[in-house]
Amino acid sequence: MDGQRVRAWEAQCIQEQLPACTATCPVHVDVRSLADSVRRGDFASGFAVLARTVAFPGIISRICDHPCEPACKLRDIGDVLSIRALEQACTEYAYTPLAPAQLPAREKRVAVVGGGLSGLTAAAELAMKGYAVVVFEAKGRLLDRLFKLDEKILPRSLILADLALLTKLGIEIRTRTWVSSGQCHALTEDFDAVYLGPGPEPLDAGMGIALRPNGFIAIDPLTFATSHTKVFAGGTHRYGSDSFSPITSLQDGKYAAASIDRFLQGASLTASRENQGAFVSRLFVSTHGLAASWLVHAASPGGYTKEEAVREAERCLPCNCLECVKVCEYLAHYKSYPKRYVREIYNNDCIVLGNHPSNRLVNSCSLCGLCAAVCPEDLNMGEVCLAARESMVSKRKMPPSAHDFALRDMASSRSEAFLLARHQPGFATSQAVFFPGCQLSASSPDHVARVYEYLRAKIPGGIGLVLGCCGAPAHWSGEKKLFEDVLKSLREELVRMGNPRMITACSSCYRMFKDYLSDVSVESLWTQLDHEAIKPDRPADFVRSLAVHDPCTTRNEESIQGSVRNLLKKSGADVIELNERGLTTCCGYGGLMQFVNAEVADKVVNRRIHQSDADYVTYCAMCRDNFARRGKRTLHILDVLFQDNSDDPATRPDPGFSARQENRARLKRKLLHEVWREPVPDEEQKLKLNISPEVLARLEKRMILMDDVRKVIAHAEATGKKIWNPQTGRLIASHRPAAVTYWVEYTIQQEEFVVHNAYSHRMEVSG
Amino acid sequence: MNEPKPSASQLSCAKCKQELVPGKVAVSYLGNTFPVELLKCPNCGLVFVSEDLATGKMLQVEQALEDK
Repeated sequence: MDGQRVRAWEAQCIQEQLPACTATCPVHVDVRSLADSVRRGDFASGFAVLARTVAFPGIISRICDHPCEPACKLRDIGDVLSIRALEQACTEYAYTPLAPAQLPAREKRVAVVGGGLSGLTAAAELAMKGYAVVVFEAKGRLLDRLFKLDEKILPRSLILADLALLTKLGIEIRTRTWVSSGQCHALTEDFDAVYLGPGPEPLDAGMGIALRPNGFIAIDPLTFATSHTKVFAGGTHRYGSDSFSPITSLQDGKYAAASIDRFLQGASLTASRENQGAFVSRLFVSTHGLAASWLVHAASPGGYTKEEAVREAERCLPCNCLECVKVCEYLAHYKSYPKRYVREIYNNDCIVLGNHPSNRLVNSCSLCGLCAAVCPEDLNMGEVCLAARESMVSKRKMPPSAHDFALRDMASSRSEAFLLARHQPGFATSQAVFFPGCQLSASSPDHVARVYEYLRAKIPGGIGLVLGCCGAPAHWSGEKKLFEDVLKSLREELVRMGNPRMITACSSCYRMFKDYLSDVSVESLWTQLDHEAIKPDRPADFVRSLAVHDPCTTRNEESIQGSVRNLLKKSGADVIELNERGLTTCCGYGGLMQFVNAEVADKVVNRRIHQSDADYVTYCAMCRDNFARRGKRTLHILDVLFQDNSDDPATRPDPGFSARQENRARLKRKLLHEVWREPVPDEEQKLKLNISPEVLARLEKRMILMDDVRKVIAHAEATGKKIWNPQTGRLIASHRPAAVTYWVEYTIQQEEFVVHNAYSHRMEVSG
Repeated sequence: MNEPKPSASQLSCAKCKQELVPGKVAVSYLGNTFPVELLKCPNCGLVFVSEDLATGKMLQVEQALEDK
């Protein structure tokens, strides 16, 4: 896989972007975790979350100007979360004096001028990094401004509790120490670096530091550097006094301390600081469909009770994107989200020796593109998984069992048993060719014959027929070379027929041709029939509500979707929409999901078929059969347009893979015989099997075909190599025609072989 | 991946009319070969793989090897 492309995919997933509250907080307090802790009634861990980011949690929890709150997504559905009040509750119920980890002492010394919030934050941060710090404060006490606040707003006990940290960190405090402009210069001689938090007054020139015309220090907004390399500055002096913002002062001290540390270590002051300070997060959060959410009011003016705080915290959404995970059972199944999946898949791809733990993740995706359709950044996990599959195949690391069965089914569609390309009888050229696709031919061969008859009557100039394969299974399984071979032989066939326009009945064929046979003109049968103003030959009383399922391979083909709906309406059906156009789901066959991960495919289909009680109608044979197999009444649109009066077509069973292959062969013989009047040799006589529906269903699940079973029995009967079980009275035999060994338990009854069970393994056993 | 050994297998080779008995065989997949004991015909060597083995342990080992 291409590393650069992988990084671009990773960057497209925004789930790990910070929620708006945290991104807007100048120091990025992890509000989501804090609210989660409170929600669980765990105020101690809520307090720990705050203290992790904020050096003075008691103070901040009381007087923070909370720029986070207006950014809260709850504003879309009611009141924003009272984040500051939750912080206060954490402090109230779980204040613990901080015991920060302090790095070993360093030689270097830093002076902090000004004992306000910014200076003290810088002092604490630097002391934690091991620097020797001296704080100079002109007044008689630190945080003088805060001590003047109303006790009800900020209890002094809380200030003192927070300030105890400075002593713990061994910071030297010199109060009543006025540092004049001249002395400031001396500090730069005595100390390795200086932080200035001089407060909101302009300064005299003569400090040796560049001032702006208004008398305030010129401070770099990113690094908090001044014109003097050793001096950094911030706080109200930087942003002005009329809007004292405790969290902004704290931010200045924190980031200036980071700059001082970089400066003292000789590191770049500017590198990797993109997300410093408040920024706008890319995280997308949908509040669609959520109930209104209103603020929990504190009964007492002193703040929330524990119970009130828990209820308030319960209002936190919490913010996540997960738009794709919400709609896709596959993405939900692996319990994470695309950013991580992309990384896992790339790691899996890079492993040369050892286990490849993500093979199944790679191979279980249906490649249906629903994730991209709902993703605010259009990330398509199908592209990621397909690239990974192609890489695995090229490195010969694709598990042989993953796509073997589907590719063998494809091979049968490319064999003489099915392949056919003919001009219409009586024509030497074709104005167009009908390409029904292998799965419609396998599912309802009679419909193919009916449609071809209809098209012959409608389209003048000759309409040919091509029975064959579009190569979708090869493409989906990452077999690039095989896929190219399929397209090449198809293209050659079309050239031989004079490059006619192709009319296909299959959405997957349509997708393959549109995307990979761009030199061929292709049209959907449904738009063709819509234009032909088809008059459905349906019973007069056919009126009912039908919910339309669009196949995933024509997710964005609006004209096809429109024609299908026109055709249904013309047939008297009331059309029910299952989803917004473009947001259809896969039926489990796409990307060969059902062969690799039946569990996930079941989840996908079950979710889809329970969306509406109405009968479904679709225009993909695999979708129809996959729904029908799980008991969902589902019509193929051809059941509506060309309905027989006989059975209830919504209950027509899924033929299963054995019958699919037989149906294809039978269709070819029927058409050769009935349309081209060609003599067809008698169908080859096959061993007669007697098999119950239960056993048949088990074999279908185990991907064992009737022909595989016949081969085992024929081999056993011809060689005598079989095992007798006197307890059950059954014979057991095995045969390995290629890469799989099949075992069959059977008995012989007159002319028939009764099949009781079959199983298989890929390991080879030798005596 | 040894089978639970039945005291008397009761399964017999239809051709040789001999009861299958535990014996050494080799199973291999993707270039890896393991010696195991399975029921086989003492005369012609015909080996029996049970459904439990094929869909259980064998499948597990196949999948583990495929993910190597």
